[in-house]
Amino acid sequence: MKPFAYVKPADVAGAVRAVSDEPGAKFLGGGTNLVDLMREGVERPDTVVDVTGLPLDTVDQLPGGGLRIGAMVRNSSLAADERVRARYPMLSQAILAGASAQLRNMATVGGNLLQRTRCPYFYDPAAACNKREPGGGCDALGGFNRSHAVLGVSGSCIAAHPSDMCVALAALDAVIEVESVRGTRRIPMTGFHRLPGDTPEIETELAPDELVTAVELPPAPFAARSRYRKVRDRASYAFALVSVAAALEVRDGAVTAARLALGGLAAKPWRAHEAERILLGGPASEESFARAAEAELAGADVRPGNAFKVHLARATIVATLRELNTGKGTA
Amino acid sequence: MTTKYAETEPRQDAVKHVGRPVDRVDGRAKTTGEARYAAEHRYPGMAHAALVHATVARGRIEAVDTEAARAVPGVIEVLTHENAPAMKPAPKTSLMNLSSLASGTTVSYLATDEVHWNGQPVAVVVAETPETARHAASLVRVAYRELPAVVDFAAEEPNASPQKSSVLQPAGGDKGDAVAALAAAPVSVDLRFTTPPEHHNAMEPHATIAVWDGDRLTVHEGTQNIAWLRAHLAQRFGIPERAVRVLSPYVGGGFGGKGFVWAGTLLAVLAARATARPVRLALTREGVYRTVGGRTPTVQRVALGADGDGDLTALIHTSVAMTARIGGMPEGVVSSSRHLYDAATIHLRQRLVRLDLLANTAMRAPGDSVGSFALESAMDELACELGIDPIELRRRNEPERNPMDGKRFTHRMLREAYEVGAERFGWRERDPRPGSMRDGRWLVGMGVATAYHPSLTMPADVTVRLAADGAVVVRCALQEIGVGAATVQAQITADELGVPLEAVRVEIGDSELPAGPGAGGSAQTAGAAAGVLDACRKLKESALALARRAPDSPLRGRRLDDLEARDGGLYHGGRGETYAAILARAGRDHLEAGGGTGMLKFLAKTLNERRRWVKAASGAHFCEVRVDRDTGEVRVSRWLGMFDVGRVINAKTAAGQLRGGIVMGIGMALTEATQVDPRTGRIMNPSLSEYHVPVHADIPRIDVHWLDEPDPTMPLGLLGIGEVGITGVAAAVANAVRHATGKRVLDLPITLDKLL
Amino acid sequence: MRVNGAAESLDVEPWVSLLDALRDRLGVTGPKKGCDQGACGACTVLADGVRINACLALAVQYDGKEITTIEGLATGDDLHPLQAAFIRHDGLQCGYCTPGQICSAVAMLAEHRAGMPSAVTERSGELDEAEIRERMSGNLCRCGAYNGIVDAIKDVAGQEAR
Repeated sequence: MKPFAYVKPADVAGAVRAVSDEPGAKFLGGGTNLVDLMREGVERPDTVVDVTGLPLDTVDQLPGGGLRIGAMVRNSSLAADERVRARYPMLSQAILAGASAQLRNMATVGGNLLQRTRCPYFYDPAAACNKREPGGGCDALGGFNRSHAVLGVSGSCIAAHPSDMCVALAALDAVIEVESVRGTRRIPMTGFHRLPGDTPEIETELAPDELVTAVELPPAPFAARSRYRKVRDRASYAFALVSVAAALEVRDGAVTAARLALGGLAAKPWRAHEAERILLGGPASEESFARAAEAELAGADVRPGNAFKVHLARATIVATLRELNTGKGTA
Repeated sequence: MTTKYAETEPRQDAVKHVGRPVDRVDGRAKTTGEARYAAEHRYPGMAHAALVHATVARGRIEAVDTEAARAVPGVIEVLTHENAPAMKPAPKTSLMNLSSLASGTTVSYLATDEVHWNGQPVAVVVAETPETARHAASLVRVAYRELPAVVDFAAEEPNASPQKSSVLQPAGGDKGDAVAALAAAPVSVDLRFTTPPEHHNAMEPHATIAVWDGDRLTVHEGTQNIAWLRAHLAQRFGIPERAVRVLSPYVGGGFGGKGFVWAGTLLAVLAARATARPVRLALTREGVYRTVGGRTPTVQRVALGADGDGDLTALIHTSVAMTARIGGMPEGVVSSSRHLYDAATIHLRQRLVRLDLLANTAMRAPGDSVGSFALESAMDELACELGIDPIELRRRNEPERNPMDGKRFTHRMLREAYEVGAERFGWRERDPRPGSMRDGRWLVGMGVATAYHPSLTMPADVTVRLAADGAVVVRCALQEIGVGAATVQAQITADELGVPLEAVRVEIGDSELPAGPGAGGSAQTAGAAAGVLDACRKLKESALALARRAPDSPLRGRRLDDLEARDGGLYHGGRGETYAAILARAGRDHLEAGGGTGMLKFLAKTLNERRRWVKAASGAHFCEVRVDRDTGEVRVSRWLGMFDVGRVINAKTAAGQLRGGIVMGIGMALTEATQVDPRTGRIMNPSLSEYHVPVHADIPRIDVHWLDEPDPTMPLGLLGIGEVGITGVAAAVANAVRHATGKRVLDLPITLDKLL
Repeated sequence: MRVNGAAESLDVEPWVSLLDALRDRLGVTGPKKGCDQGACGACTVLADGVRINACLALAVQYDGKEITTIEGLATGDDLHPLQAAFIRHDGLQCGYCTPGQICSAVAMLAEHRAGMPSAVTERSGELDEAEIRERMSGNLCRCGAYNGIVDAIKDVAGQEAR
């Protein structure tokens, strides 16, 4: 990797100052994605600001029933947190479905939010990639695109967002707290990541000098009955082809609350608003689940390699909702 | 140590080591981190090299800009075709000199501006640290004039040309008129299969440390063939073989990928020569994909005709595979179809396309692993068509003699393997109707397939030394790629000499030792065993000769064949004496003997045997899968392999080898494929995150059993176990998926999108 | 940094990984490099008892930590129970993934004891084969010694439970 300067500030103010002073600086969390990309020559920061020493590593109870998750909380700690397991099981399951135990021990919540795509053409500096080199073209469009996105894609990029955790956060209406020398602001999770459009190199609403400091989970009683289902090529340790984070509340056969977000299908964790709209108030039936899934996927833009994802996503959405509705079918 | 001879009763519990589940002799070294692999040696002044890979499939280098790389502090040298010292070209291949086969490609690296594949090394950076070398390598800029390249296997398939036969491997053949018989058959299937390119992905990426001392060269490298590597380096660098020392005590997995000599090895040696420094070149995982060949893709047709009872009237198996313009190994894809079924007519053909890609190479059971997928899937489909049990179909078509030519089998127990295996697996529980067996959201399927891999040996030179204190040292340049090479030869030696296992030390992995066979073709253990048996016999002859000189020896007048080696000596009934006593009386501190056959004698014997016999390891796979009814996810939930591998030397390591083959076969069946971009010839998943080898969670408990009948023609009766395990596995999975879902998947791997 | 109980003072560039620092600078070659990108687990070491992939860790980030590698598990001539169990159950072949598997297993048993869940945990708490396989899936073994590895871990987990 390209040589760089390394600093490890002890407080948030020092960290954001270090980055604002240095345009080629990047924050480093657990390193599970950034170090890999630096070694591959995809990321080439001049200065690395190690934020793992910042006091942002606790999960705190919020008044009103939510949780505030420090950005430096390790993925494995968050997944094991009893409050998360009890109140937001889909989040714990999503994290545990990702990567390996070793990587989860290293990866931070803040870093996971900024995880970059696994598109092979993004990873290979010999290939054309608009995300890596804006204006360079996209070799994935006519190449291997089995793992790629079908929702929210553009002619310049069809890369899929690889995170599992983020899918659950999108479903749970999490709020991202960020800080820079200009102060702090809060960004809703569903608006945190951007679709590629003509600028696939810009992946989030975060300014280059802004640091993610926390993720807030609002209270969500219905989320106690929630599920993350991940479909992939291996039984473990592989990125999602399709994943579904879902919560369902049913009273007298009718859906009274529904949350649905999809992974592996879009350039961002995909909140399925259209499907939720159809589910809400409707019957908790197989037909209704299928209608909701189909409505959400109606806009899919597929290539030969990833056309199967539409069918797979529909089947996985229906199966996950069915399971939440009947409490059966996971074994 | 007493000089008086011992006179003991034979011990009733005398332990024989062969066949027992003995712990690996290097288990401690491997579990404590003591075992040092190639990249883990240190030399004063050692520099580090990194490769620059071509990014076009074919072309000429127009310019190389190394300025930025050279400017990086710590860079020692940047070698390109413009400044690198020359190597001699790869030798012409000849069967009379097997080491001439060692070259992975025919390319003269850094001696030409020609680019032959996307990924070919076009520059080498040598630096003080590995990090500096790799960073500087990323700064080398190469301009190419691209030339038209043929890289799309699928598109080239119609242009394939007939594969040539070799002495060891016929490429095709006919028995009767299979085309006509197929047309006339009352029941038939005619299927087209594809298998993708695959890579070995040994956990240890290839690494070389090269150290020149004048014109003497020392190389640390994990190789499957020490002798070939040494001979090849001597030839390429113009020095005598005796000036090359190859050290390879531990090899972090091979599977064929370390059987030949690839660019990284040659360039490490070249860089060391050019910089006059010891040089380490440890390939990145991507570097392995870009510079070490993998398994060929194939397209295969299998057509089977049968009468209403399921007797095969026609068997047609044809294949198209690849080699590269710069080399590669033509695979015997249809090989299993020569041996497995007693069809009235047979038609076999193999064709090849030549591509502008890196040369393909052997990967665990080349030919048989992919060929058995097609043949054994087709047999299953024919059983479905006929409405008879797939085991019964195989039983009905089990031949008494080799189907193509009537040669005798030295040994064949497939009927027994199926019978015993079916019983243990619970095959009877299977409801043959597709989709009929369920467990919650899972569709359950059971499948079988036959495993088959030809057995061969390679010659080995072995010395065995027995010291007066009882210590035995066996020396042979074997390769330990995980098979327990030293462990099994120690067991054999202990039994042959009648000494405790702990007394035997086996020295391997060094070209200074007597030449061993390569670790390939499932042949290492048998080849080395032949040498060990020979050397042990000679050593006992020497001991006996010494003893017989003494008037008071109880062995006086005895012939070796009348004696039993046990308790550290030679005995006839209760009378005999220890080696220690024999040596002491003769005033000797050790005995030493050498064993083995020369190459010419070996080749003559092998070819003679091949004219008369067909021999192979074989077995029956039983597989249970679960397929998610919504998503098509496939999980292998149960496995049983019932093998006929002749005599098993070590029950523990043998089980591991057979399981290992099955695990790799499950990967082949469900997840593995190297993605070669058909536009550029570039591998797009050169990593362990995107090339999916099976993880713990993919692998269920695998029961392996064997029939334990020694083969009458092989050393100690062992048939070789490294490769048979993977053959038939992909078919067993595909057949189980067919049973679970009703869907016949013809294209590997069986990813869930093919089941939606 | 402390490595296997001994204080090591190391001056490395910030771009040197913990794995390379151990292997190339300190000569602690037990942790293996299989992929250098967090995809195989051969480099697994324990940092303050927590299993991590040393290939994705910058050495500078682990300043002051206690690093345990395979070399630090045995006590004198006495193997760690998992080391002995790997030999007994033949949970290895070529040996290259083995140090990572064993270090991973040491931490995995501790994680399970601490009540940390896995993707297959349904709160039964029992360390059955499915749990072991899921929790060990970050450690690839291309030789396919998975059955032996699971047996070795089960054996040691059983000893601990008794």
